[in-house]
Amino acid sequence: MQLEVDITGKSFIGATGKPHQVLADISFSLATGEVGVVVGPSGCGKSTMLRILAGLDANYQGRVARPSGARLAMVFQEPRLLPWRSVEDNIRLAAPNADDARLDALFSLLELSAHREHYPGELSLGLARRVALARAFAVEPDFLILDEPLASLDDALAARLREEIAALVGSRPMITLLVTHSLDDAVRLGDKLIVLSARPARLLYTLPIATPRTARNEQTIAAIKADIIRLNLANSSGAADADRPRG
Amino acid sequence: MLRLFSFALFLATWWIAALLAGSAKLPAPPIVLATMLAEARSGALFLHLGVTLVRVVLAFTLAMSLGGAIGYLMGRSRLANRLGDPWLILLLNLPALVVIVLAYVWAGLTEAAAIVAIAINKLPTAVVTLREGTRALDPALDEMAQVFAFPRWRSFRHVLLPQLAPYIAAAARSGLSLVWKIVLVAELLGRPNGIGFEIGVAFQLFDIPLLLAYSLSFAAVVLVIEALLVQPFELRVSRWRLRAA
Repeated sequence: MQLEVDITGKSFIGATGKPHQVLADISFSLATGEVGVVVGPSGCGKSTMLRILAGLDANYQGRVARPSGARLAMVFQEPRLLPWRSVEDNIRLAAPNADDARLDALFSLLELSAHREHYPGELSLGLARRVALARAFAVEPDFLILDEPLASLDDALAARLREEIAALVGSRPMITLLVTHSLDDAVRLGDKLIVLSARPARLLYTLPIATPRTARNEQTIAAIKADIIRLNLANSSGAADADRPRG
Repeated sequence: MLRLFSFALFLATWWIAALLAGSAKLPAPPIVLATMLAEARSGALFLHLGVTLVRVVLAFTLAMSLGGAIGYLMGRSRLANRLGDPWLILLLNLPALVVIVLAYVWAGLTEAAAIVAIAINKLPTAVVTLREGTRALDPALDEMAQVFAFPRWRSFRHVLLPQLAPYIAAAARSGLSLVWKIVLVAELLGRPNGIGFEIGVAFQLFDIPLLLAYSLSFAAVVLVIEALLVQPFELRVSRWRLRAA
């Protein structure tokens, strides 16, 4: 299964009636088992792109081929839980076929076991984000979209959740697309970096990371980061060398 | 405890007023109670109460379901809103008496005419409230339901209905009080039974104990239904909100 993205443009009509372009040319593809990480400046249109990929917005130019019949799950920037249903019901409503053993395992992995009966309003943001993650993984998706799942969490918690995401992503074959501001998250989680420009976002380059995720140590991570910084400098001066394996 | 005190205060005020005004204008509580018991023993009280309650239930259900559906449509679709808005303003400001009289003129002095007339009086407020509720729906949750491929019924029950529940409760609350008031007018004007009819009879005979006996029994039923049905429903739908410990 494969995700093929070939967006050529997306505009919004602003409050003044004038259209403004959010996305320009973006094309990349992801195969099952791959984690694509989208990085780009704040406000460049990453979330807009994700909404198109999730099928929530059909009003764009270009073509997106989602794997047919793929089960989709998404972790939005905000947790987007149903406030009037308990944590467990929130997950069961999204994943009615998930069996109890699997849910138990997910709850304990994300340390949510004590909060099953709580309502989302009783949870901290960090907990609510973990519930949103649990919901996405309970679905057993073929295509998983994560929109800044670690934003606005403290470093320690973010690092732990990142480990959990890595474990969950590795536990079954799926296409994963992650948006993040953090170069660190990108390098630790991704198999392929998809680097976007400022608004209107266009693809600057994609960068496959050859070293398997589990084999990356602090040194390889530092080396990949240095590569990216060098590539970004090269890009800003106009000379792109893309699609060269690193790491 | 406080409720009991408030009730006792009401009785005391009534009793004192009755002593001051004389029993021709305002009979004291025991006289009214005796009339009430006599009517209950003959069965007339329960017959009239029952008939009125059935009318209330039918008109209320009709108005809530129809008004809810129209309100939802007007909240979702701009076209429906523009088409429906003039009608809504007309109905909101049309006096209840006009609707009831016209219904009886056009459909005859029938049960259906009475129930439809009562429902039409309540309909516009349900539409307005549910339209506001629909406009306040959270698109973020809609998107969530779409991404996770919620089937239609699951979306309706778990995403849509809980968001509309406070509006439904508000419409039910204000609608019920409106229906309680209008049903008596409709009965007075064109029905051979019901509390409104009995009050009309008592008025013509100037039988004040009978008038008060029926009015107060009716008020008691309204209070009981509010306490046993409406308030628990409101509590249930807002159960998930955080309460101060």
